[in-house]
Amino acid sequence: MQLRESATFDRHAIAAIQRAADTGAYRIRGWGAKRPLPHFDDLLFLGASMSRYPLEGYRERCGTDVTLGGRHGATPLRLDVPVTIAGMSFGALSAPAKEALGRGASAVGTSTTTGDGGMTPEEREHSDSLIYQYLPSRYGMNPDDLRRADAIEVVLGQGAKPGGGGMLLGRKISERVATMRTLPAGIDQRSPSRHPDWTGPDDLAIKIEELREVTDRRIPVLVKIGASRPYYDTALAVKAGADAVVLDGMQGGTAATQEVFIEHVGIPTLAAIRPAVDALDELGVHREVQLVVSGGIRTGADVAKAIALGADAVSVGTAALIALGDNHPRYAADYEQLGSAPGYYDDFQDGRDPAGISTQDPELTARLDPVEGGRRVANYLRVLTMEAQTIARACGKSHLHHLEPEDLVALTMEAAAMARVPLAGTGWIPGAP
Amino acid sequence: MDVLTTTAMTAVTVDLAATPVRELNAALHAPAPAPRWRVTHPAGAHNVAVGIDAPVAVQIDGPVGYYCAGMNQQADVLVRGNAGTGLAENVMSGSVRVTGSASQSVAASGCGGLVVVDGDTGARCGIALRGADVVVGGSVGHMSAFMAQSGRIVVCGDAGHSLGDSIYEARLYVRGAVASLGTDCVEKPMRDEHRAELAGLLARAGRDDDPALFRRYGSARRLYHFDSANHAAY
Repeated sequence: MQLRESATFDRHAIAAIQRAADTGAYRIRGWGAKRPLPHFDDLLFLGASMSRYPLEGYRERCGTDVTLGGRHGATPLRLDVPVTIAGMSFGALSAPAKEALGRGASAVGTSTTTGDGGMTPEEREHSDSLIYQYLPSRYGMNPDDLRRADAIEVVLGQGAKPGGGGMLLGRKISERVATMRTLPAGIDQRSPSRHPDWTGPDDLAIKIEELREVTDRRIPVLVKIGASRPYYDTALAVKAGADAVVLDGMQGGTAATQEVFIEHVGIPTLAAIRPAVDALDELGVHREVQLVVSGGIRTGADVAKAIALGADAVSVGTAALIALGDNHPRYAADYEQLGSAPGYYDDFQDGRDPAGISTQDPELTARLDPVEGGRRVANYLRVLTMEAQTIARACGKSHLHHLEPEDLVALTMEAAAMARVPLAGTGWIPGAP
Repeated sequence: MDVLTTTAMTAVTVDLAATPVRELNAALHAPAPAPRWRVTHPAGAHNVAVGIDAPVAVQIDGPVGYYCAGMNQQADVLVRGNAGTGLAENVMSGSVRVTGSASQSVAASGCGGLVVVDGDTGARCGIALRGADVVVGGSVGHMSAFMAQSGRIVVCGDAGHSLGDSIYEARLYVRGAVASLGTDCVEKPMRDEHRAELAGLLARAGRDDDPALFRRYGSARRLYHFDSANHAAY
């Protein structure tokens, strides 16, 4: 007899129902969306041809620098490469992991970002450019750290969970984490989804002014949004005074969120970029208010594609953790004990990360050497940059920012419609007037 | 800025009708600022006297807008009038007093120091409080002390709906009626140490209310750990 699997009730759906019935609890996990989504893989670059002139691959200069946040007179972030480290909290990540990310970012001349839980001395010391996230929870938030930062990122949302707050389960709330967050150790901590003292763009404008006043207008203020309504959110962020907008798509990672949230709320990164750029264009501030895109950036091709669609820079989170050692085969036996395997591990909420990254367990965190981790992150960031340059030169561009939608075609109708580039081999852009 | 001679000592006077808020804040942030300041004609301006980190006294004569004395450290700020949203948000130390009423989110996420509102406050007074003390002479609006983590809130009047919703370890003292308690917030017994604590807070705020007339509220701690059996509690 031939077995037939239901397309609706496939093995994953059945396992989820069985798990819910067994435990009475929804699944909480890390990582971002795992379902297939239209993504940068669905785009291709059109290299130079008769009508386009390439740059010599290993000779001619292809600039990679980017300046973020100079619109209101603050000292902007001047980065050598357009790939930054996304906000990830101490608490979600170990102290050595935060230090390693700072070391890696600094080695290649880019920035890293704090997260929900405040700034640690380790990451400040080892980050030449450190962006301080200003989050709804305000965990660890204090004006001294605010003034120590090189930029502020007001977080409205996160791609993995736009509209949702964070969570940090009890086994990761060590004494140090609890003290930084002013919470009892060991509890399952909930971060709020709304800021406590402002609501809506009109309030946000005043809040941004307050942040500028407290820091004597020295540092730029970025606004981070989870991709759901990127056109309106970007426009309103600009209206509120953002120096730059960080746009995080649904493939963006999280340390702990309900799986149903990760997989069913928000829109893919690919679908979010063009509406955000539309908003910047219509307001006449594209490239003046920089757009930083995150959520599923893995390769230099992804970097180049995001920039070609209008981003000024990208951020990496999950990929940076993988570079640090997350999901590495050397921990195969440990992963097996946790019911997982290299390439599948996403229980960042669990606090038992064999790689010592998403844990506060002293024995596990000791596995991560921040110097070696920083070297690996730096290597990865360099490769991303060189890959993006390779593509840009092939398209005849002397700077990554010269890439444009005209350099791209799409492999699928969905990607063509979202990215607003022609389906490969045609001149057809679905949905275009 | 002009220098005004007062009975106590010389104060720097800043007229916000003629001086931008930026100039005032920059002067307050300068190294070793003058010890006494008087701000006139605030006219509801936002972000007045934010980010001070010095042992100065600032008197503001008139109503202020959002975030007055936000992130205050060390300073004693007195507002002779009403205050808008986010008075003394994230206050770290020092004191902030408003002689009138204040809008929502008083002392939001405040970590230390004392915030006194002689009149009433709007919604979310003491939201996400992280160690500051708040004394309100009148009543507070709904969702006050939402997710308050630490610190004390004293309400000499009434409290609106959902007081202390999802509260952690902050302690609440209310003299009047509580419209309703929020999720996981319960009334707790007033023992001698609480009456003493309350008396101290009232004294610091310059009030003579009788601590015996107050009730205490805090977290039942039933929601500190995720449990699907609590799905209806939220």
